[in-house]
Amino acid sequence: MKKYLLAIAFAGTMPALHAQDDLLALLNDSAEVKAYSTASWKSTRVINGHSTENTAHGVLDFRIGHRFGFISDGVSEFFGLDGSTVRLGFDYGITDRLQVGIGRSGYEKTVDGLLKYKLLRQCESGCGMPITLSLVASSSITTLVKDKLPWYEEGRTDYFTHRLSYSWQLLIGRKFSDGFTMQLMPGVVHRNLVRYAEEKNDVINIGIAARYKISKRLALTAEYYYVLPDQLAKPTATELANDPNAGYKNSLAVGIDIETGGHVFQLHFTNSTGMFERAFITETVGSWEKQQIHYGFNISRVFTLHRPKKG
Amino acid sequence: MTTRDLLLTAALVLPVALSAQERWTSRNGNVSFSSSTPMENIEAKNNKVSSIYDASRGEVVFVVLIKSFEFEKALMQEHFNENYMESTEFPKASFKGKVGGIKPGDLSKPGSYAVTVTGDMTIHGVTKSVSTSGTFTADPTGRVEASCDFTIKPSDYGIKIPGMVKDNIAEDVKVQVRIDYTVN
Repeated sequence: MKKYLLAIAFAGTMPALHAQDDLLALLNDSAEVKAYSTASWKSTRVINGHSTENTAHGVLDFRIGHRFGFISDGVSEFFGLDGSTVRLGFDYGITDRLQVGIGRSGYEKTVDGLLKYKLLRQCESGCGMPITLSLVASSSITTLVKDKLPWYEEGRTDYFTHRLSYSWQLLIGRKFSDGFTMQLMPGVVHRNLVRYAEEKNDVINIGIAARYKISKRLALTAEYYYVLPDQLAKPTATELANDPNAGYKNSLAVGIDIETGGHVFQLHFTNSTGMFERAFITETVGSWEKQQIHYGFNISRVFTLHRPKKG
Repeated sequence: MTTRDLLLTAALVLPVALSAQERWTSRNGNVSFSSSTPMENIEAKNNKVSSIYDASRGEVVFVVLIKSFEFEKALMQEHFNENYMESTEFPKASFKGKVGGIKPGDLSKPGSYAVTVTGDMTIHGVTKSVSTSGTFTADPTGRVEASCDFTIKPSDYGIKIPGMVKDNIAEDVKVQVRIDYTVN
Protein backbone atom coordinates (compact mmCIF):
# COMPACT_ATOMS: atom_id res chain seq x y z
CA MET A 1 0.00 0.00 0.00
CA LYS A 2 2.87 2.31 0.82
CA LYS A 3 4.19 1.80 -2.69
CA TYR A 4 0.82 2.75 -4.16
CA LEU A 5 0.64 5.92 -2.15
CA LEU A 6 4.09 6.83 -3.32
CA ALA A 7 3.13 6.13 -6.91
CA ILE A 8 -0.03 8.20 -6.64
CA ALA A 9 1.88 11.05 -5.06
CA PHE A 10 4.46 10.80 -7.80
CA ALA A 11 1.82 10.68 -10.52
CA GLY A 12 0.19 13.68 -8.91
CA THR A 13 3.29 15.72 -9.54
CA MET A 14 3.29 14.86 -13.23
CA PRO A 15 0.76 17.43 -14.47
CA ALA A 16 2.56 20.04 -12.39
CA LEU A 17 5.81 19.15 -14.11
CA HIS A 18 4.06 19.34 -17.42
CA ALA A 19 2.49 22.73 -16.79
CA GLN A 20 5.79 24.08 -15.66
CA ASP A 21 7.43 23.48 -18.98
CA ASP A 22 5.71 26.41 -20.58
CA LEU A 23 6.96 26.26 -24.15
CA LEU A 24 7.56 30.00 -24.48
CA ALA A 25 9.55 30.14 -21.25
CA LEU A 26 11.52 27.16 -22.51
CA LEU A 27 12.42 29.01 -25.71
CA ASN A 28 13.09 32.32 -24.02
CA ASP A 29 15.59 30.71 -21.70
CA SER A 30 17.56 29.22 -24.52
CA ALA A 31 17.23 31.97 -27.14
CA GLU A 32 20.07 34.09 -25.81
CA VAL A 33 22.21 34.98 -28.82
CA LYS A 34 25.48 36.88 -28.76
CA ALA A 35 24.86 40.52 -29.69
CA TYR A 36 27.11 43.56 -29.73
CA SER A 37 26.11 47.09 -28.88
CA THR A 38 25.19 49.08 -31.94
CA ALA A 39 24.67 52.75 -32.76
CA SER A 40 26.75 54.06 -29.88
CA TRP A 41 27.18 57.24 -31.93
CA LYS A 42 25.22 58.61 -34.85
CA SER A 43 28.33 58.98 -36.96
CA THR A 44 31.95 57.89 -37.30
CA ARG A 45 33.05 61.30 -36.01
CA VAL A 46 32.02 62.83 -32.70
CA ILE A 47 32.63 66.32 -34.13
CA ASN A 48 36.24 66.74 -35.25
CA GLY A 49 37.64 63.49 -33.94
CA HIS A 50 36.68 59.87 -34.35
CA SER A 51 33.97 58.01 -32.49
CA THR A 52 33.93 54.24 -31.93
CA GLU A 53 31.47 53.83 -34.81
CA ASN A 54 32.76 52.41 -38.08
CA THR A 55 31.29 52.61 -41.55
CA ALA A 56 29.68 49.21 -42.07
CA HIS A 57 31.09 46.64 -44.44
CA GLY A 58 30.57 47.72 -48.03
CA VAL A 59 29.35 51.20 -47.14
CA LEU A 60 30.87 54.39 -48.53
CA ASP A 61 30.44 57.49 -46.40
CA PHE A 62 30.84 60.82 -48.17
CA ARG A 63 31.56 63.51 -45.62
CA ILE A 64 31.59 67.27 -45.95
CA GLY A 65 33.10 69.13 -43.03
CA HIS A 66 32.67 72.87 -43.05
CA ARG A 67 33.83 75.52 -40.57
CA PHE A 68 32.92 79.17 -40.92
CA GLY A 69 35.25 81.93 -39.67
CA PHE A 70 35.56 83.03 -36.05
CA ILE A 71 32.42 84.50 -34.53
CA SER A 72 34.75 87.09 -32.95
CA ASP A 73 35.48 88.54 -36.40
CA GLY A 74 32.39 90.61 -35.88
CA VAL A 75 29.75 92.15 -38.05
CA SER A 76 32.10 93.10 -40.92
CA GLU A 77 32.75 89.37 -41.45
CA PHE A 78 29.10 88.56 -40.70
CA PHE A 79 30.24 86.90 -37.46
CA GLY A 80 32.41 84.44 -39.32
CA LEU A 81 29.86 83.35 -41.92
CA ASP A 82 31.88 85.05 -44.70
CA GLY A 83 34.83 82.76 -44.14
CA SER A 84 35.07 79.02 -44.61
CA THR A 85 37.33 76.02 -44.33
CA VAL A 86 36.26 72.72 -45.83
CA ARG A 87 37.27 69.07 -45.61
CA LEU A 88 35.83 66.63 -48.11
CA GLY A 89 36.28 62.99 -47.32
CA PHE A 90 35.39 59.46 -48.26
CA ASP A 91 35.34 56.63 -45.73
CA TYR A 92 34.74 53.00 -46.62
CA GLY A 93 34.12 49.89 -44.57
CA ILE A 94 36.35 47.05 -45.76
CA THR A 95 34.81 44.90 -43.06
CA ASP A 96 32.47 45.79 -40.21
CA ARG A 97 35.58 46.32 -38.10
CA LEU A 98 38.03 47.93 -40.53
CA GLN A 99 37.45 51.35 -41.99
CA VAL A 100 39.70 53.29 -44.35
CA GLY A 101 39.31 56.89 -45.38
CA ILE A 102 40.81 59.74 -47.32
CA GLY A 103 40.19 63.45 -47.07
CA ARG A 104 41.26 66.77 -48.49
CA SER A 105 41.22 69.91 -46.36
CA GLY A 106 41.48 73.52 -47.38
CA TYR A 107 43.47 74.00 -44.17
CA GLU A 108 47.10 74.14 -45.41
CA LYS A 109 45.87 72.21 -48.46
CA THR A 110 46.23 68.94 -46.63
CA VAL A 111 45.45 65.42 -47.79
CA ASP A 112 44.87 62.90 -45.02
CA GLY A 113 44.41 59.15 -44.93
CA LEU A 114 43.09 57.07 -42.08
CA LEU A 115 42.61 53.55 -40.88
CA LYS A 116 40.31 52.62 -38.03
CA TYR A 117 40.07 49.14 -36.57
CA LYS A 118 37.70 47.88 -33.89
CA LEU A 119 39.81 45.70 -31.61
CA LEU A 120 37.12 44.98 -29.04
CA ARG A 121 33.37 45.29 -29.28
CA GLN A 122 31.09 46.06 -26.38
CA CYS A 123 28.72 43.21 -25.77
CA GLU A 124 25.02 43.59 -25.20
CA SER A 125 24.02 39.99 -24.57
CA GLY A 126 25.57 36.56 -24.47
CA CYS A 127 29.15 37.75 -23.84
CA GLY A 128 30.99 39.92 -21.36
CA MET A 129 32.99 42.72 -23.01
CA PRO A 130 32.13 46.02 -21.29
CA ILE A 131 33.84 48.40 -23.75
CA THR A 132 34.56 49.05 -27.38
CA LEU A 133 38.22 49.60 -28.18
CA SER A 134 39.29 51.05 -31.50
CA LEU A 135 42.61 52.02 -32.95
CA VAL A 136 42.78 54.99 -35.30
CA ALA A 137 45.93 55.65 -37.31
CA SER A 138 46.06 58.59 -39.67
CA SER A 139 48.60 60.55 -41.62
CA SER A 140 48.47 63.87 -43.37
CA ILE A 141 50.51 65.63 -45.99
CA THR A 142 50.58 69.35 -46.64
CA THR A 143 50.45 70.07 -50.36
CA LEU A 144 51.03 73.85 -50.17
CA VAL A 145 53.48 75.22 -52.73
CA LYS A 146 56.94 75.63 -51.27
CA ASP A 147 56.86 79.39 -50.59
CA LYS A 148 53.47 79.17 -48.86
CA LEU A 149 54.66 76.64 -46.26
CA PRO A 150 54.60 77.99 -42.70
CA TRP A 151 58.30 77.09 -42.32
CA TYR A 152 59.35 78.52 -45.68
CA GLU A 153 62.63 80.43 -45.74
CA GLU A 154 64.67 81.61 -48.69
CA GLY A 155 67.20 78.93 -49.63
CA ARG A 156 65.77 76.24 -47.36
CA THR A 157 65.39 72.80 -48.92
CA ASP A 158 61.81 71.64 -49.12
CA TYR A 159 62.02 68.03 -47.96
CA PHE A 160 58.97 65.89 -48.73
CA THR A 161 59.14 64.24 -45.32
CA HIS A 162 58.80 67.64 -43.60
CA ARG A 163 55.29 67.86 -44.93
CA LEU A 164 54.13 64.68 -43.18
CA SER A 165 52.51 64.17 -39.82
CA TYR A 166 50.86 61.21 -38.14
CA SER A 167 48.39 60.47 -35.41
CA TRP A 168 47.60 57.35 -33.42
CA GLN A 169 44.65 57.13 -31.08
CA LEU A 170 43.02 54.52 -28.95
CA LEU A 171 39.30 54.99 -28.51
CA ILE A 172 37.95 53.43 -25.34
CA GLY A 173 34.21 53.78 -25.45
CA ARG A 174 31.14 52.52 -23.69
CA LYS A 175 27.46 52.89 -24.47
CA PHE A 176 26.11 53.22 -20.94
CA SER A 177 22.47 53.33 -21.97
CA ASP A 178 20.46 53.77 -25.12
CA GLY A 179 20.90 57.51 -24.84
CA PHE A 180 24.30 58.00 -23.23
CA THR A 181 27.70 57.10 -24.65
CA MET A 182 31.15 58.18 -23.55
CA GLN A 183 34.68 57.58 -24.74
CA LEU A 184 38.27 58.38 -23.81
CA MET A 185 40.86 58.88 -26.53
CA PRO A 186 44.51 58.76 -25.49
CA GLY A 187 46.75 59.47 -28.45
CA VAL A 188 49.94 60.83 -29.87
CA VAL A 189 50.44 63.15 -32.83
CA HIS A 190 53.82 62.93 -34.52
CA ARG A 191 54.98 65.85 -36.63
CA ASN A 192 58.04 65.26 -38.76
CA LEU A 193 58.91 68.95 -38.64
CA VAL A 194 58.07 71.49 -35.97
CA ARG A 195 58.63 75.23 -36.14
CA TYR A 196 60.57 75.77 -32.93
CA ALA A 197 63.30 73.79 -31.24
CA GLU A 198 61.45 73.67 -27.92
CA GLU A 199 58.42 72.06 -29.53
CA LYS A 200 57.97 68.31 -29.26
CA ASN A 201 57.66 66.23 -32.40
CA ASP A 202 55.52 63.72 -30.52
CA VAL A 203 52.58 65.39 -28.85
CA ILE A 204 50.81 63.27 -26.26
CA ASN A 205 47.16 64.07 -25.88
CA ILE A 206 43.99 62.67 -24.41
CA GLY A 207 40.48 63.34 -25.53
CA ILE A 208 37.11 62.81 -23.92
CA ALA A 209 33.80 62.78 -25.72
CA ALA A 210 30.17 62.12 -24.88
CA ARG A 211 26.80 62.12 -26.49
CA TYR A 212 23.33 62.27 -25.06
CA LYS A 213 20.28 61.50 -27.15
CA ILE A 214 17.44 63.92 -26.62
CA SER A 215 15.14 62.10 -29.05
CA LYS A 216 15.42 59.22 -31.49
CA ARG A 217 16.89 61.49 -34.13
CA LEU A 218 18.62 64.22 -32.13
CA ALA A 219 21.68 63.92 -29.95
CA LEU A 220 23.87 66.40 -28.10
CA THR A 221 27.60 65.85 -28.45
CA ALA A 222 30.76 67.28 -26.94
CA GLU A 223 34.45 66.55 -27.24
CA TYR A 224 37.57 67.94 -25.62
CA TYR A 225 41.19 67.21 -26.40
CA TYR A 226 43.74 67.91 -23.69
CA VAL A 227 47.35 68.30 -24.80
CA LEU A 228 49.80 67.47 -22.02
CA PRO A 229 51.75 70.63 -21.05
CA ASP A 230 55.10 71.86 -22.44
CA GLN A 231 54.83 70.12 -25.79
CA LEU A 232 53.64 72.88 -28.11
CA ALA A 233 55.39 76.19 -28.88
CA LYS A 234 54.81 79.00 -26.41
CA PRO A 235 53.81 82.34 -27.97
CA THR A 236 56.73 84.75 -28.47
CA ALA A 237 56.89 88.09 -26.67
CA THR A 238 55.80 90.00 -29.78
CA GLU A 239 52.89 87.63 -30.37
CA LEU A 240 51.81 88.09 -26.76
CA ALA A 241 52.09 91.86 -27.07
CA ASN A 242 49.72 91.77 -30.05
CA ASP A 243 47.33 89.31 -28.46
CA PRO A 244 47.54 88.39 -24.78
CA ASN A 245 45.59 85.26 -25.64
CA ALA A 246 48.08 84.01 -28.24
CA GLY A 247 49.32 80.43 -28.18
CA TYR A 248 47.89 76.99 -28.83
CA LYS A 249 44.69 75.96 -27.10
CA ASN A 250 43.02 72.69 -26.31
CA SER A 251 40.29 71.80 -28.73
CA LEU A 252 36.73 71.96 -27.44
CA ALA A 253 33.65 71.37 -29.51
CA VAL A 254 29.96 71.09 -28.66
CA GLY A 255 27.26 70.17 -31.11
CA ILE A 256 24.05 68.50 -32.06
CA ASP A 257 23.57 65.50 -34.34
CA ILE A 258 20.47 65.39 -36.52
CA GLU A 259 19.61 62.20 -38.32
CA THR A 260 17.31 62.21 -41.34
CA GLY A 261 17.11 58.83 -43.09
CA GLY A 262 20.31 58.51 -45.12
CA HIS A 263 21.99 61.70 -43.87
CA VAL A 264 23.47 62.76 -40.58
CA PHE A 265 23.88 66.48 -40.01
CA GLN A 266 26.23 67.54 -37.27
CA LEU A 267 26.00 71.21 -36.28
CA HIS A 268 28.49 72.56 -33.79
CA PHE A 269 30.68 75.23 -32.30
CA THR A 270 34.41 74.63 -32.05
CA ASN A 271 37.56 76.64 -31.49
CA SER A 272 39.48 74.38 -33.93
CA THR A 273 39.84 75.24 -37.59
CA GLY A 274 41.32 72.08 -39.09
CA MET A 275 39.40 68.81 -39.31
CA PHE A 276 42.18 66.23 -39.11
CA GLU A 277 44.08 65.19 -35.97
CA ARG A 278 47.29 67.21 -36.32
CA ALA A 279 45.31 70.36 -37.03
CA PHE A 280 42.73 70.24 -34.27
CA ILE A 281 44.88 68.65 -31.58
CA THR A 282 48.14 70.57 -32.03
CA GLU A 283 47.20 73.70 -34.00
CA THR A 284 44.05 75.05 -32.42
CA VAL A 285 44.46 78.78 -31.86
CA GLY A 286 40.90 79.89 -31.16
CA SER A 287 40.00 80.87 -27.64
CA TRP A 288 36.51 80.19 -26.30
CA GLU A 289 36.78 83.14 -23.88
CA LYS A 290 37.47 85.51 -26.79
CA GLN A 291 34.63 84.06 -28.90
CA GLN A 292 37.23 82.75 -31.33
CA ILE A 293 34.78 80.01 -32.15
CA HIS A 294 33.73 78.59 -35.48
CA TYR A 295 30.18 77.70 -36.24
CA GLY A 296 30.45 74.56 -38.34
CA PHE A 297 28.72 71.51 -39.70
CA ASN A 298 29.48 68.01 -40.96
CA ILE A 299 27.22 66.26 -43.40
CA SER A 300 27.49 62.53 -43.82
CA ARG A 301 25.78 60.63 -46.62
CA VAL A 302 26.18 56.88 -46.92
CA PHE A 303 26.02 54.75 -50.04
CA THR A 304 25.83 50.97 -49.97
CA LEU A 305 28.35 49.93 -52.63
CA HIS A 306 28.68 46.29 -51.78
CA ARG A 307 26.22 44.02 -50.03
CA PRO A 308 28.13 41.51 -47.99
CA LYS A 309 26.71 38.00 -47.68
CA LYS A 310 25.90 37.43 -44.07
CA GLY A 311 25.88 34.00 -42.49
CA MET B 1 9.63 -6.83 -9.83
CA THR B 2 5.99 -7.74 -10.06
CA THR B 3 3.77 -7.15 -13.08
CA ARG B 4 2.01 -4.54 -11.03
CA ASP B 5 5.22 -2.63 -10.52
CA LEU B 6 6.06 -2.84 -14.20
CA LEU B 7 2.66 -1.49 -15.18
CA LEU B 8 3.06 1.30 -12.68
CA THR B 9 6.44 2.27 -14.06
CA ALA B 10 5.11 2.17 -17.60
CA ALA B 11 2.17 4.35 -16.64
CA LEU B 12 4.53 6.91 -15.19
CA VAL B 13 7.11 6.91 -17.96
CA LEU B 14 4.90 6.58 -21.02
CA PRO B 15 3.21 10.00 -21.00
CA VAL B 16 6.62 11.65 -20.89
CA ALA B 17 7.93 9.51 -23.72
CA LEU B 18 4.83 10.17 -25.80
CA SER B 19 4.86 13.91 -25.39
CA ALA B 20 8.56 14.04 -26.07
CA GLN B 21 8.04 12.17 -29.29
CA GLU B 22 5.49 14.69 -30.48
CA ARG B 23 7.59 17.76 -29.85
CA TRP B 24 9.26 19.40 -32.85
CA THR B 25 11.85 22.11 -32.47
CA SER B 26 13.97 24.45 -34.55
CA ARG B 27 16.74 26.91 -33.69
CA ASN B 28 17.41 28.22 -37.15
CA GLY B 29 14.01 28.95 -38.56
CA ASN B 30 13.50 31.73 -41.07
CA VAL B 31 11.32 34.75 -40.62
CA SER B 32 11.51 37.45 -43.27
CA PHE B 33 9.47 40.52 -43.92
CA SER B 34 9.06 42.98 -46.72
CA SER B 35 7.59 46.40 -47.03
CA SER B 36 7.02 47.76 -50.47
CA THR B 37 6.01 51.26 -51.45
CA PRO B 38 6.52 53.16 -54.70
CA MET B 39 9.41 54.95 -52.94
CA GLU B 40 11.35 52.07 -51.51
CA ASN B 41 11.37 48.31 -51.00
CA ILE B 42 12.66 47.08 -47.69
CA GLU B 43 13.43 43.46 -46.94
CA ALA B 44 14.95 41.74 -43.97
CA LYS B 45 15.72 38.15 -43.06
CA ASN B 46 16.23 36.42 -39.77
CA ASN B 47 17.51 32.86 -39.82
CA LYS B 48 17.97 32.40 -36.09
CA VAL B 49 14.34 31.95 -35.13
CA SER B 50 13.55 29.42 -32.40
CA SER B 51 10.31 27.52 -32.38
CA ILE B 52 8.67 24.56 -30.68
CA TYR B 53 5.63 22.75 -32.03
CA ASP B 54 4.11 20.40 -29.53
CA ALA B 55 1.76 18.21 -31.54
CA SER B 56 0.27 16.43 -28.56
CA ARG B 57 -0.87 19.70 -27.07
CA GLY B 58 -1.51 21.37 -30.43
CA GLU B 59 0.62 24.28 -29.34
CA VAL B 60 3.24 26.28 -31.20
CA VAL B 61 5.63 29.00 -29.94
CA PHE B 62 8.15 31.25 -31.65
CA VAL B 63 10.87 33.52 -30.34
CA VAL B 64 12.41 36.01 -32.76
CA LEU B 65 15.45 38.10 -31.82
CA ILE B 66 14.96 41.53 -33.35
CA LYS B 67 18.68 42.22 -33.67
CA SER B 68 19.11 39.12 -35.80
CA PHE B 69 17.18 40.63 -38.72
CA GLU B 70 19.59 41.32 -41.55
CA PHE B 71 18.96 44.05 -44.08
CA GLU B 72 20.65 44.81 -47.36
CA LYS B 73 21.68 48.21 -46.08
CA ALA B 74 23.49 48.54 -42.77
CA LEU B 75 21.86 51.90 -42.10
CA MET B 76 18.37 50.42 -42.51
CA GLN B 77 19.26 47.76 -39.98
CA GLU B 78 20.48 50.41 -37.56
CA HIS B 79 17.33 52.49 -37.96
CA PHE B 80 15.12 49.40 -37.66
CA ASN B 81 16.66 48.54 -34.30
CA GLU B 82 17.26 52.02 -32.98
CA ASN B 83 14.28 54.05 -34.19
CA TYR B 84 11.45 51.63 -34.84
CA MET B 85 11.74 48.37 -32.92
CA GLU B 86 13.78 49.82 -30.02
CA SER B 87 15.45 46.45 -29.76
CA THR B 88 17.49 47.25 -26.66
CA GLU B 89 14.26 47.73 -24.74
CA PHE B 90 12.32 45.02 -26.63
CA PRO B 91 14.91 42.50 -27.78
CA LYS B 92 12.47 39.74 -28.72
CA ALA B 93 9.23 39.25 -30.54
CA SER B 94 7.26 36.12 -29.69
CA PHE B 95 4.20 34.13 -30.58
CA LYS B 96 2.30 31.54 -28.62
CA GLY B 97 -0.73 29.87 -30.06
CA LYS B 98 -2.82 26.84 -30.90
CA VAL B 99 -2.60 24.87 -34.10
CA GLY B 100 -5.86 23.52 -35.48
CA GLY B 101 -6.66 21.13 -38.31
CA ILE B 102 -4.00 18.56 -37.54
CA LYS B 103 -4.04 15.59 -35.18
CA PRO B 104 -1.21 14.25 -33.06
CA GLY B 105 0.59 11.64 -35.10
CA ASP B 106 -0.30 13.12 -38.49
CA LEU B 107 3.22 14.36 -39.07
CA SER B 108 4.64 10.85 -38.91
CA LYS B 109 2.92 10.28 -42.26
CA PRO B 110 4.37 12.15 -45.25
CA GLY B 111 2.04 14.76 -46.66
CA SER B 112 0.94 18.33 -46.59
CA TYR B 113 -1.43 19.52 -43.90
CA ALA B 114 -3.28 22.85 -43.97
CA VAL B 115 -3.57 24.26 -40.48
CA THR B 116 -4.95 27.26 -38.69
CA VAL B 117 -2.87 29.12 -36.12
CA THR B 118 -4.45 31.30 -33.46
CA GLY B 119 -2.72 32.98 -30.59
CA ASP B 120 -0.92 35.96 -29.10
CA MET B 121 1.78 37.85 -30.98
CA THR B 122 4.08 40.14 -29.01
CA ILE B 123 6.10 42.71 -30.93
CA HIS B 124 7.67 45.89 -29.54
CA GLY B 125 6.19 45.06 -26.12
CA VAL B 126 2.62 45.02 -27.45
CA THR B 127 0.57 41.80 -27.48
CA LYS B 128 -2.20 41.23 -30.02
CA SER B 129 -4.41 38.26 -30.80
CA VAL B 130 -3.83 37.03 -34.30
CA SER B 131 -5.15 34.26 -36.45
CA THR B 132 -3.78 32.95 -39.72
CA SER B 133 -3.40 29.83 -41.78
CA GLY B 134 -0.33 27.83 -42.65
CA THR B 135 0.97 24.51 -43.87
CA PHE B 136 2.89 21.65 -42.32
CA THR B 137 4.72 19.48 -44.80
CA ALA B 138 6.18 16.19 -43.66
CA ASP B 139 8.53 14.54 -46.14
CA PRO B 140 9.33 10.81 -46.26
CA THR B 141 12.70 11.33 -44.57
CA GLY B 142 10.96 12.58 -41.46
CA ARG B 143 11.67 16.30 -41.93
CA VAL B 144 8.83 18.68 -41.21
CA GLU B 145 8.58 22.13 -42.72
CA ALA B 146 6.10 24.69 -41.52
CA SER B 147 5.23 27.72 -43.60
CA CYS B 148 2.97 30.62 -42.97
CA ASP B 149 2.41 34.03 -44.56
CA PHE B 150 0.58 36.94 -43.02
CA THR B 151 0.69 40.70 -42.77
CA ILE B 152 1.07 42.97 -39.78
CA LYS B 153 0.58 46.68 -39.30
CA PRO B 154 3.45 48.39 -37.46
CA SER B 155 0.93 50.86 -36.04
CA ASP B 156 -0.91 48.00 -34.24
CA TYR B 157 2.22 47.37 -32.20
CA GLY B 158 2.93 50.97 -31.22
CA ILE B 159 5.70 51.41 -33.79
CA LYS B 160 5.70 55.04 -34.77
CA ILE B 161 6.69 56.03 -38.26
CA PRO B 162 7.45 59.73 -38.61
CA GLY B 163 5.93 61.75 -41.44
CA MET B 164 9.34 62.20 -43.04
CA VAL B 165 9.56 58.51 -44.01
CA LYS B 166 5.85 57.71 -44.21
CA ASP B 167 6.10 57.21 -47.98
CA ASN B 168 8.99 54.77 -47.60
CA ILE B 169 7.47 52.30 -45.17
CA ALA B 170 4.34 50.32 -46.00
CA GLU B 171 1.33 50.30 -43.66
CA ASP B 172 1.06 46.53 -44.13
CA VAL B 173 4.25 44.58 -43.76
CA LYS B 174 4.31 41.10 -45.29
CA VAL B 175 5.77 38.44 -43.06
CA GLN B 176 6.94 35.03 -44.21
CA VAL B 177 7.68 32.20 -41.79
CA ARG B 178 9.58 29.06 -42.87
CA ILE B 179 10.64 26.61 -40.19
CA ASP B 180 12.42 23.31 -40.65
CA TYR B 181 11.57 21.29 -37.60
CA THR B 182 13.41 18.33 -36.23
CA VAL B 183 11.85 15.95 -33.81
CA ASN B 184 13.23 15.69 -30.30
